[in-house]
Amino acid sequence: MKLVYFAWVRERIGKTEETVEPPEGIATVADLVRWLKGKGEEYEYAFENEAVVRAAIDHVHVKPEAPLAGAREIAFFPPMTGG
Amino acid sequence: MVAAIRIQSEPFDAAAETAVLAAGRGDIGATVAFTGFCRDEGGRLSALELEHYPGMAEAEIARIAHEAEARWPLMGLTVIHRFGLIRPGETIVLVLAASAHRRAAFEAAEFMMDYLKTRAPFWKREHLKDGTVGAWVEAKGSDDAATERWSG
Repeated sequence: MKLVYFAWVRERIGKTEETVEPPEGIATVADLVRWLKGKGEEYEYAFENEAVVRAAIDHVHVKPEAPLAGAREIAFFPPMTGG
Repeated sequence: MVAAIRIQSEPFDAAAETAVLAAGRGDIGATVAFTGFCRDEGGRLSALELEHYPGMAEAEIARIAHEAEARWPLMGLTVIHRFGLIRPGETIVLVLAASAHRRAAFEAAEFMMDYLKTRAPFWKREHLKDGTVGAWVEAKGSDDAATERWSG
């Protein structure tokens, strides 16, 4: 699956996007975050306060318990500050 | 009604957008235009940098517009949100709502702005007068509260 990052989440991870293949058992957005945090300190840093980072699946806002099944693109970003 | 939604780096002309929306229409009784500008924060900022999530920005604004159409009898809705480097005094966002009567236009424009601020995937970063890049702007709890009052 493709992951995309924005604003300070992007800066902390050091990438705008990447393709990952999480192992079996990674079923939800929260599972994916836990798995990413084990991949390196840049992910640990980006997700140090998990409750703050928002997620979207295929351009739709989702909660941490959202299932990943069928997802093409998952985005992680800080709370929005547009307008 | 189909909302006109544009995400662009170029400036926009609110008066021209209003004229386009109302052209040839005898049924529109009111338009309300909200324009958001870049502030210099007491002379501290040289610019705001706006990052967005292409694709989702359009999709999310369309969902918010759809919700506004379900709540108010709108006859037109235009939303323009800029991205990139925006200097103090320049425009950032336009919400233009048209209806037969003023109340629907006022309320729909305010609803659109409250939701845009908390749901549309845009992020602001400060560029400072001394030439350095400052911090990402933090989301305000007051914006969440403003959005929340429309539900329930």
